Amino acid sequence: MEVPELRVTPDRYVTVRYAGASGDFNPIHVDEEFARSVGLPGRILHGLWTMAQVARAQTEAAGGPEALRSLSVQFRGMGVPEQEVVVTSTVREEADGVAVVDAEARQGDTRIVRRGVAELRLP
Amino acid sequence: MSAVGKTYPPVGYVVGREKVREYAHAVGETDPLYLDPEAARAAGHRDVVAPPMFAVVYSTPAVFPAFFDPEVGIDFPRMVHGGQEFAWGPLVVAGDEITTEAELVDVSERGGVGFFVFETRSDNQDGERVCTGKWTCIVRGE
Repeated sequence: MEVPELRVTPDRYVTVRYAGASGDFNPIHVDEEFARSVGLPGRILHGLWTMAQVARAQTEAAGGPEALRSLSVQFRGMGVPEQEVVVTSTVREEADGVAVVDAEARQGDTRIVRRGVAELRLP
Repeated sequence: MSAVGKTYPPVGYVVGREKVREYAHAVGETDPLYLDPEAARAAGHRDVVAPPMFAVVYSTPAVFPAFFDPEVGIDFPRMVHGGQEFAWGPLVVAGDEITTEAELVDVSERGGVGFFVFETRSDNQDGERVCTGKWTCIVRGE
């Protein structure tokens, strides 16, 4: 199987909607002034929002949510709104009905999710 | 560290159809399974299906108090979310009642940086393990 690249540009208010949906109202995600006051470039994306894009790339490729057995990621560089996020995934192996996929998410040259590993049930 | 192995009170969460849709919209999911009860039923589910990463929504209320536990001692302003793992069991659908327990499973330090690893275990109303999460918090040194 293959997992196609997923491209998505988070709009300006995506962190506000994700804060409401997830319950994570850390001000570094929703308050521009606060984010700058702690040395960030501005409001940053929730890592778990970006991880959800990595998950979506897998479930869309594998035919639905049932296929995703596990996903692990590391968060490093910070993602920002209004810049395209690119999720790339490479199938490492397929055995015993399970595909192991390496995945990462980038914004430009910044890797915001790295060392992603997904296990997918093969159809 | 003495707090390793400490568990926190289980937290219940009732999955609501509109919450699932709100979450799906926030992360850009467009699969009708998550949005349309008819489509979900046609696919054999009782109601709309929660996207896998909805695990964040039902397990966060169980693990957040652990992050702030003085006995764990995380210096919150210097903490970043370093890593996340989820392993999923049966799908979660609207109407499910999920109970999540959190545990501090590991504390380590490398080069002045602290690593705090929490596990969440989420079961549905039938006692099935719907998700196990591993949350790694990194605390930078002074």
